[in-house]
Amino acid sequence: MLESFSAETLARVQFAFTVSFHIIFPCFSIGLASYLAVLNGLWIKTRDETYLTLFSYWKKIFAVAFGMGVVSGIVMSYQFGTNWAVFSDKAGPVVGPLMAYEVMSAFFLEAGFLGVMLFGRERVGERLHMFATAMVAFGTLISATWILSVNSWMQTPAGYSINEVGQFVPEDWWEIVFNPSFPYRLVHMVIAAFLTTALVVGAVGAVHLLRDKADKEARRMFSMAMWMLAIVTPLQIYAGDLHGLNTLEHQPAKIMAMEGHYDSHPEGAPLILFGIPNPEEKRIDYAIEIPYLSSLILKHHWNAPMDGLDTIPDQDEPPVAIVFWSFRIMVGLGFAMLGLGAWSLFARWRGHLYTAPWLHRTAILMGPTGFIAVLAGWITTEVGRQPFTVYGLLRTSDSLAPVAAPAVAASLIAFIVVYFFVFGAGTFYILRMMNKRPATPNVGLNDGPIRTAGITPAPQVDPDFIPGR
Amino acid sequence: MIFDLAFIWAGLIAFAVLVYVILDGFDLGIGILYPFARSEKDRDLMMNSVAPVWDGNETWLVLGGGGLFAVFPLAYAIIMPALYMPITIMLLALVFRGVSFEYRWRTVRWKGFWNYAFFGGSIVAAFAQGIALGALVQGIEISGRAYAGDWFDWLTPFSILTGFAVVVGYALLGATWLVLKTEGELNVQMRRYAWWLGAGTLGLIGIVSLITPFLDPIYFERWFNLPGSLVSMVVPVVMLGLVWVFFTSLNDGKDLQPFLSALGFFVVSFIGIGISFYPMMVPPSLTIWQVAAPDSSLAFALVGAVVLVPIILAYTAYAYWVFRGKIDPAEGYH
Repeated sequence: MLESFSAETLARVQFAFTVSFHIIFPCFSIGLASYLAVLNGLWIKTRDETYLTLFSYWKKIFAVAFGMGVVSGIVMSYQFGTNWAVFSDKAGPVVGPLMAYEVMSAFFLEAGFLGVMLFGRERVGERLHMFATAMVAFGTLISATWILSVNSWMQTPAGYSINEVGQFVPEDWWEIVFNPSFPYRLVHMVIAAFLTTALVVGAVGAVHLLRDKADKEARRMFSMAMWMLAIVTPLQIYAGDLHGLNTLEHQPAKIMAMEGHYDSHPEGAPLILFGIPNPEEKRIDYAIEIPYLSSLILKHHWNAPMDGLDTIPDQDEPPVAIVFWSFRIMVGLGFAMLGLGAWSLFARWRGHLYTAPWLHRTAILMGPTGFIAVLAGWITTEVGRQPFTVYGLLRTSDSLAPVAAPAVAASLIAFIVVYFFVFGAGTFYILRMMNKRPATPNVGLNDGPIRTAGITPAPQVDPDFIPGR
Repeated sequence: MIFDLAFIWAGLIAFAVLVYVILDGFDLGIGILYPFARSEKDRDLMMNSVAPVWDGNETWLVLGGGGLFAVFPLAYAIIMPALYMPITIMLLALVFRGVSFEYRWRTVRWKGFWNYAFFGGSIVAAFAQGIALGALVQGIEISGRAYAGDWFDWLTPFSILTGFAVVVGYALLGATWLVLKTEGELNVQMRRYAWWLGAGTLGLIGIVSLITPFLDPIYFERWFNLPGSLVSMVVPVVMLGLVWVFFTSLNDGKDLQPFLSALGFFVVSFIGIGISFYPMMVPPSLTIWQVAAPDSSLAFALVGAVVLVPIILAYTAYAYWVFRGKIDPAEGYH
């Protein structure tokens, strides 16, 4: 079956597959690392046992997610060379050093202090343990900064020249790192990671609240997650809007595809809410649209002229249907998060935040939506950059490694089988841990003796314990 | 001008790869020794002896790959497609063994499976790394700025030999690490293994060293002609000293010296490979200067390396210091 695909298609599928799997874990660990630092800080400040229990609970889930992030991340650092060798040769002088900075300033920081954070509270004392926890959280944020700078440079290249062998040569590192789309993308992604984590934490809290309204830890985490959601979702929508305006300025073809604007609208463009993109006829079938709204949103004037894909040569056009749909999925989920946040504020105001089963059920349903929105957003921006790897300068078809299609096909199948199996198992273990109450002494199953800061936990009865599990 | 940015960076990348080999070497080695553990308790101990540090150890591999991409992008663009299969296999193997650190504590029924995943992942990753080394030493075919060989060029008797050498060598590092970190029966068992693994490692290093000079006339010249031969004569002498320390300390019941001298085997062998290679980055045709990124890239990245690498070494050392000493069977977050 795979013989009918070119090495280019296979390499693109492979990169999309490995990077999509990978982004899920860091996205969760960026948010969770900060949450753990906050929990640990609050425990030290207030000496409220609830925070310590929550810290130990999420720490074990974090360890599994982080492990999956590490191993899927090592794969990424070699994918550029194995499948995209020409890209590596040409863009390496610019994006390579940024990635080297990511490794040196972030990965080592995370890895070096992770052991102390997970295993070392007793050995190093509370203050150094807090420092290690903060360093892990800080490391995840630095990592996001560098890798988003790399990605943004590929979207909006700046500060370079091209030498006689066709390599991008750095001219101004400041311009390269702080390229035009970088600040917007960074803010949008970091907030997305926090929101994703808040949705997961909220869903886990909701599961335990449905079982026991009085569960102290469940109440605390649900409340914290809902505050985060209520406050940060509006900020995220605002940041996303700014990011969109920036894209309109630097990558107009991507916006045209997101909006589904095949045709130019010299007197105000409509906002297409839904419809079916028809790439052959170059139009949106069954479009439901609001006149002039697209111009109003993007140009802040109801009859501002908007160019369509008819102004872009066919060979430079991104695949419209994918971008059109993934953008709508992301935006739709964003507004659903806004709704959940508003509902939680209302429930809190009326005093039934912990006793509203439908709010809790909705929060559970929304639990995985952060991941879906993040993936949809990345698909929008990455597919929207096509057919280029470095926007406008280096085509995807010219970036490929000289590897035969059967080799790429074989490795692709291996990645698919291994990833689904390994990360499927990991997700199962995480869900099983989440299904246990935070106060359960053996959340991680075979933890052995947990000694937390001089407190020996009294033997507790675990209501969920099933022998042999 | 020899002592320029590209030269400094070649040294730094070599340093990163060496640090990777000796650090991840012993934790991969523990995986290779996993089936020989006599009880589940021993397996728990073996894994816990590296659980706090393995992640940092593996990060040096990312620095090796990322660093090559940053400062020698052409080498990265040629070597990766040339070693496509062994590298992909190594990455997948590392996935299995990496997740086993957490997974085997999270299940009862499947614990045995993750024990084998830890073993299988470790031994396959080690073998693939050895194959990659052998394939690089025997040379890579290029045309223009790209790899020009086939996708099975890496598979030769020599690369399989180096694959075995690395597996046995890593198992030696793992055994001596466990001698250092454990007590009682496990310590005695590993001390016995270390003796045989040490002999095997040295034998394989010897065979590889005898073959290498005949793979390429440049290697031969480097080792057997003046002035190179003066330097290259020092290498075997140092090696003999290490061998003496290794076996006497092992027999005298010492815990630390066998590990350090086993690390020494790797350091000396690595320097030997360096002598063979220099100034090539992609043997037999491209030197470090031909594959180097422009000076503006090298200088920018070097500022970071000069500031950050010492800091990394400091807190890595700190992490090892925190978890120093014999491992306490009663302790653990696990």
